[in-house]
Amino acid sequence: MSKTTDVTVPHPEGDLEHFQDPGIPEHRHRMADTDPKADKRAERQVVVLFTISVIGTIVALWAYFAIRPDGTTAGVRTSTMVLGLAIFFALAGIGVGAIHWAKTLMSDHEVVEDRHATRSPDDVREIAVQKLADGIKDSGIGRRGVLKGVVVSALALFPLTIAVPLISSVGGDWNVGTFRTTLWKKGTRLTYDPTGRPIKASDVTIGSAVHVIPEVTDEYRQSGEWISEKAKALVLMVRLDPRDFKPFAKGKENWTYDGIIAFSKICTHVGCPVALYEQQTHHLLCPCHQSTFDVADGAKVVFGPAKRPLPQLPITVDSEGYLVAQDGFDEPIGPSYWERLR
Amino acid sequence: MTTTTTRPSATEPTTPIGRSSDYLDNRTGIGHAVKEFARKVFPDHWSFLLGEIALYSFVVLLITGTFLTMFFVPSMSLSTYHGAPKTMDGLLMSDAFASTLRMSFEVRGGLLMRQIHHWAALVFMASIVTHMMRVFFTGAFRRPREFNWLIGFTLLLTGLLAGFTGYSLPDDVLSGNGLAIANGVVKSIPVIGSYMSYFIFGGDFPGEQIIPRLFTLHILLIPAIILALVALHLMFVVVHKHTQYPGGGRKDGNVVGFPLFPVYTAKAGGFFFVVFAVLSLMGATMAINTVWNYGPYDPSPISAGAQPDWYMLFLEGSLRLMPGQAEFVSWGDFTWSLNVLVPAVLPVLLLIGFALYPFIEAKVTHDDREHHVLDRPRNRPTRTGIGMAFLAFFVILAFAGSNDLIAIHFHLSINEITWFFRVFVFVGPWFAFWITKRICLGLQRKDRELVLHGHETGRIVRFASGEYIEVHRPLDEQERWVRVNYTAHQPLELPAPNGPKGTKDKAYKSAKRWAKLSRFFYEDRIEPVTPAELAASHSHGEHDALPGGEDHALVAPDHSVDATEQSH
Repeated sequence: MSKTTDVTVPHPEGDLEHFQDPGIPEHRHRMADTDPKADKRAERQVVVLFTISVIGTIVALWAYFAIRPDGTTAGVRTSTMVLGLAIFFALAGIGVGAIHWAKTLMSDHEVVEDRHATRSPDDVREIAVQKLADGIKDSGIGRRGVLKGVVVSALALFPLTIAVPLISSVGGDWNVGTFRTTLWKKGTRLTYDPTGRPIKASDVTIGSAVHVIPEVTDEYRQSGEWISEKAKALVLMVRLDPRDFKPFAKGKENWTYDGIIAFSKICTHVGCPVALYEQQTHHLLCPCHQSTFDVADGAKVVFGPAKRPLPQLPITVDSEGYLVAQDGFDEPIGPSYWERLR
Repeated sequence: MTTTTTRPSATEPTTPIGRSSDYLDNRTGIGHAVKEFARKVFPDHWSFLLGEIALYSFVVLLITGTFLTMFFVPSMSLSTYHGAPKTMDGLLMSDAFASTLRMSFEVRGGLLMRQIHHWAALVFMASIVTHMMRVFFTGAFRRPREFNWLIGFTLLLTGLLAGFTGYSLPDDVLSGNGLAIANGVVKSIPVIGSYMSYFIFGGDFPGEQIIPRLFTLHILLIPAIILALVALHLMFVVVHKHTQYPGGGRKDGNVVGFPLFPVYTAKAGGFFFVVFAVLSLMGATMAINTVWNYGPYDPSPISAGAQPDWYMLFLEGSLRLMPGQAEFVSWGDFTWSLNVLVPAVLPVLLLIGFALYPFIEAKVTHDDREHHVLDRPRNRPTRTGIGMAFLAFFVILAFAGSNDLIAIHFHLSINEITWFFRVFVFVGPWFAFWITKRICLGLQRKDRELVLHGHETGRIVRFASGEYIEVHRPLDEQERWVRVNYTAHQPLELPAPNGPKGTKDKAYKSAKRWAKLSRFFYEDRIEPVTPAELAASHSHGEHDALPGGEDHALVAPDHSVDATEQSH
């Protein structure tokens, strides 16, 4: 060890305050070091392990060609299991064999190597600093202030040529106003999710909960756009005994129809579908983070991380007895965001 | 310059291997590298394998991931699926989901590769976390390895991103709901939240762009970053040489172990195959992410008891615990969704604070020298306690992220469990700190006891006088060295203030704060036994076995076992 000023060797000598380092423990011989039989045995074990690997590879190839998928879950499971186990043996044979070889047959005498301080020695540092100084002098960067400024500006600005087009394009039209709009508007029929069949008020029994989507054409329901619209328009509708309702909020007295009440199904916490309805307590539970809403009390939050009630969809029936929306939601649905109330 | 003029005739190669080595070295100069690295010494310990598991599972991820990209279609275009399994036949689904089904049911070995890939991701994160624990509790992050600690920490974060982006690719109901949650979290960011949501999804959630975008991140950008960081991480391991556990002959100035070639070539190379083998076994026998049971993404359905992969559970847990009252509307009708923002950001900020720990510890310890011999965790009670407190915090959050499963399995009220965790997430870490520190101090005392009095042998001897004693066998010098070779750091001395009391002195105030923090770290400490103490204890012969305080006072009047813990 040389020039390692920072690496202090603690207590090189034993004294009254410090014990002396006893040095590397004595080497203990393994069986294979002294007993030729044990040595041979260990070698045989390694040979067996590598042979297992070869057999594993052969079985894996056989399994690949022999076990064909039959389209059932069970068939795929069998193929996965056989192929995977064969690969396991092919790999484990090599791995365990190599480790066993190293542990039983290769030298296990500990070797000591010196460390050097991580820092470069002083003379190296001096040369390094000198070289940098030479380079700076060559370039004359120190004297040419304007040049320096322009180079720095140019390098700092050019990434904008990539970043600005990228960032401004990935956000689409940036029309975040779409958060406020859903497919619901005056007269939109409530239909069953996912069939799209309109719902007659008389078909909804007391105590039942119905997953609802707005009525759209069948073709529209096959489009990608529908998924994004559905993610906002989902509604959960339940029918209560009208006497179970707590007094309605001002202006919402006529938003229900004969005990049928409809709320946005998108949680006001982070936007999971609030899909679990507890008939006895009239509670809606979000399975993601357990926000609990009281359907009988305007879907107010009774527990969990959500703050706001679920937005209510005002409903009524049309001339044929089908449930329709009186209007769209009167507030943005789903999780809160900065300009929600603006 | 031709090779014939530079090659000394003495090393003229004659064997085939010699000739090809000569050919290679003439063109690459690889001889330098072989000379430098072939017999490089690495210390041996099982806990050094944790980082290796992380490295190898990453390699497995690359191999299986390449297989998967051959069959995965990163597109959200919808079409009606025809094929296995029967339950999915005829459903409208995205190409991403359909190709996931095809690679599982039609590509032979496809499901196996998917399952190995997923298990490898879980093991990758688990081994990173346990490797970090090893590094933290043994103080391997001290100079000169602070940068490598930070690189490793960045790897943890990129690993989280890799996991999340990969998990979302199949476009199934579960991962779609995960994206919905991510969208809700992003929207809660003040001022720019809505625009961030558009930035990510290219429009309204979920849109038709998120899967291709995640795919590019998952298979190109993030693996490239991980690969670069891994290379840097390993380069520093070579530059610094590996740390070693304390023991006879192990010093900060040397490294004791076995040579890379052949021992570690066989052991570490073999271990790669073992890790790959175990992951194959898991992929073969344990079903994971059976997306055909969840179905293609549809915003409507959801199932209770759905958990994210384990490494995301802490965020899920903190989201569940935060009470909703934290959301408010400020002047100007701006909505502050602190009920989402705080639980999403706070754990990440805490993690980042944790990443800065090495610098804080160096400052309160006034320790600026190089360390290559590791600490035994018990010899740094406060550090070990802090580590356990952090761990407890995240483990409690992870359990809180499973509160619905706990409620179902143990027939408990979910509301009560949530309230319990709301309190326990603050109390638990404090308790973990306190009890860990006490255990460490206790173990140190036990070490002192062993060094001073030796092992109990169970042999009872009666003297002629009728006195009974148990014979103690002294420690051999290797056993003793492990127990006495450490430094019990003292709190920083508070410098004298510049000027009279009451004058403003920023430097002094800062020094005072650091000294206070230092006292928190080191006011409770157990000094190692010195040879003088041992000699004093031995000079009293067999009396050490006798109970009673007066004997202790006789054994070591200045440093009795009970008095060495110096408290303020």
